Amino acid sequence: MSLNIIVLAKQVPDTRNVGKDAMKEDGTINRAALPAIFNPEDLNALEQALRIKDANPGSTVTILTMGLPRASEIIREAMYRGADGGVVLTDRVLGGADTLATSYSLAQAVKKFGKYDIILGGRQAIDGDTAQVGPQIAEKLGIPQVTYAEEILEINDKNVVVKRRLENGVETVKAPLPCVVTVNGSAADCRPRNAMRIQKYKYAASTSEKANLPEKQKELLEKRPYLNINEWSAAYVDADPTQIGMPGSPTKVKAIENVVFTAKESLCLDNDDTQIENLIKELIANHTIG
Amino acid sequence: MANFYNDNPDLKHHLSHPLMQKIVELKERNFADAQTYDYAPQDFEDAMDSYDKVLEIVGEICGGTIADNAEGVDHQGPHVENGRVVYADGTKENLDLCRKAGLMGMSMPRRLGGLNFPITPYIMAADIVSRADTGFENLWGLQDCAETIYEFANEEQKQKYIPRVCQGETMSMDLTEPDAGSDLQSVMLKATEQPDGTWRLNGVKRFITNGDSDIHLVLARSEDGTKDGRGLSMFIYDKRDGGVDVRRIENKMGIKGSPTCELVYKNAKAELCGSRRMGLIKYVMALMNGARLGIAAQSVGVSERAYREALAYAKDRKQFGKAIIEFPAVYEMLAVMKAKLDASRALLYETSRFVDVYKIYEDIAKERTLTPDERKEMKAYTKLADACTPLVKGMGSEYCNQNAYDCIQIHGGSGFMKDYACERVYRDARITSIYEGTTQLQVVAAIRHVTTGTYLSMINDYAAQEIKDSLKPLRDVLVDLTAKYEKAVATVMEVKDQAYTDFMARRMVEMAGNIIMGYLLILDANRNDAFTHSAEVYNKIAQAEVTKHAEFIANFSPAQQEAYKA
Repeated sequence: MSLNIIVLAKQVPDTRNVGKDAMKEDGTINRAALPAIFNPEDLNALEQALRIKDANPGSTVTILTMGLPRASEIIREAMYRGADGGVVLTDRVLGGADTLATSYSLAQAVKKFGKYDIILGGRQAIDGDTAQVGPQIAEKLGIPQVTYAEEILEINDKNVVVKRRLENGVETVKAPLPCVVTVNGSAADCRPRNAMRIQKYKYAASTSEKANLPEKQKELLEKRPYLNINEWSAAYVDADPTQIGMPGSPTKVKAIENVVFTAKESLCLDNDDTQIENLIKELIANHTIG
Repeated sequence: MANFYNDNPDLKHHLSHPLMQKIVELKERNFADAQTYDYAPQDFEDAMDSYDKVLEIVGEICGGTIADNAEGVDHQGPHVENGRVVYADGTKENLDLCRKAGLMGMSMPRRLGGLNFPITPYIMAADIVSRADTGFENLWGLQDCAETIYEFANEEQKQKYIPRVCQGETMSMDLTEPDAGSDLQSVMLKATEQPDGTWRLNGVKRFITNGDSDIHLVLARSEDGTKDGRGLSMFIYDKRDGGVDVRRIENKMGIKGSPTCELVYKNAKAELCGSRRMGLIKYVMALMNGARLGIAAQSVGVSERAYREALAYAKDRKQFGKAIIEFPAVYEMLAVMKAKLDASRALLYETSRFVDVYKIYEDIAKERTLTPDERKEMKAYTKLADACTPLVKGMGSEYCNQNAYDCIQIHGGSGFMKDYACERVYRDARITSIYEGTTQLQVVAAIRHVTTGTYLSMINDYAAQEIKDSLKPLRDVLVDLTAKYEKAVATVMEVKDQAYTDFMARRMVEMAGNIIMGYLLILDANRNDAFTHSAEVYNKIAQAEVTKHAEFIANFSPAQQEAYKA
């Protein structure tokens, strides 16, 4: 059984290395000041996709990402780890999209793929932390969704069985294919880049990158079609201009301010187990810890 | 997360040595594989870029998971269950990662599933792995044994075993026995030929690193009634066939994650590798040379780790109102550590390049007849590799022990506690100057290059190279030291007594090593200013060391050996 697997991935600023220039005056992220990385939970999703592929020879794993042309970097990164190829949905008119416009644009791109069996993506991206895009794509495509996935337990041509990691335990659900599965950071880490694959795919290039390459590499891209990373425009995926980019985004940043956390109240405990235990219970109950 | 390749520009410097062009072009046979394999390089730049990218993967895995696991692996260690080794959890994870990253069988040809990397980038990977976890470097580095199968086994065996190594099966070399350690001629494990041409092995092996590996190279006595090395042959034992059990694993001081096994062979089926009787005299020698280079790389990795741990602590630790690195007694130690690290690394990659050139020629010779020039070159590089391998293994492993010692010293009392990595580094370092031939045995292998002049001619070649004016005063010092070395060697040789030569051998070998590493650092500094300080500091070390040995030899009369005798 061979499956067509789409992995939704996003190139994000590395928020683990946030400095003082991380935000611009207008409240948007200053992408130039932060290194761009593969969104961590999307890597967890990629690993689940690659495991499906390992277990079902002949399956293909294709990355779909929306962003600047340089997002082809994460497609190459995915190829080094085991993906077959990918598409960058990139267009000026897609810029400034909120989750609604983003999910619409990506859903349009998914339709362009024609046949697909399962769509995997990270639970959320570390730049926005909304966890909305995956579920909204499922809604727009009219297919089921499974969120907080930790492991794909079984898959056949009709169904997928998924273990979900929830606040108080795990839940195993079965969903008909095709469906969208968003994967938690608690899932298995993605496999490393592979020495043979990095040599095979290092010259992979997108349409816009290709234009600036030396002749020799252009020839290689002609000879080896798998090295070509497609770029799709909004028009190519038949996107309605009113539903994409800024015009399609009802979310607007009104203001941004620095928040300095200060302790408002303090509590003195005796050196007493019961008091400490009660405090811990309270902190767990109000979600301060745990 | 740290990347142990990207955070160390010294590695890129050594990888970009001018001789690499020749090595890569020979290794890739004018890039013929590019027609057949989609991951083969198109040209020299492409190949170098691939090494760089693959080493970046090595650096990432090592700086992340493998380094993080090292402490846990050291604590947990492997154990034996029903005659089988169970690795520590961290070791299993490390191996799994290396397999998935395709870092096994790196130097094997593509047709057998390898990456066809020259030895130099492979050795660089070993250097990086050792910095992360010295014990794990053994398990990963035993892929080296595939080299012996590739060189000496028949085609059928190559096809059977090498792709498995490339897929991540582990290897071991089963040489040592309870009564055959440094003296491998005494190996007793019995090999008996069967009517079907296969062999059966019976006996015991001891101190076998990763002794429960998937594919073993075994040294055994195939010739009944013989007692010396000429009765020994090399065998391949496949764990899938069964017959070898692990009786116990040793409780060691260091490299605790690497299981050191006692093995019991009970009629274990095995295949002859190569020709009978050539086991020790040809194949083990080849195997050992590869393994010694591996230990040299392991030693350099330890030195790197020790230096970095010490440097970080010295910057962080404040006493008497300032960071201890500001005290001359401490910064001197650090500068000396760095100089020893840089010197041994320079010699490591000089050696690996020599090995590369001659091995590639040997391999080409299997495909076609070498031209007279090529044959001459192969011979010259073989000699250089033979001369440098014991030198870098011997001195590199001693330096890493010295650096591990100083690393603890810089940590003071804290270094003696289990809280810091330096105590593990110190324990792990200790074995490097013992296994694959003690330092004393490296001297035995190296001394003939003192007496026949290989080292001197290397030194003269280095001295003749063009360098920047600013480095010439350093060279002048080495020219003086070379005169002292020549005089010391002549003094010892005049006595015409083998025992006396043996007595003075280590001193003479070290003098040669000091001068050679002194030159290599000058040449590194000539190519890259970052090495200037190390070249200067090492020049001082070489001057003090060579002079010390020269004085000792000049003031010693053979009769004075009496006082030393047991």
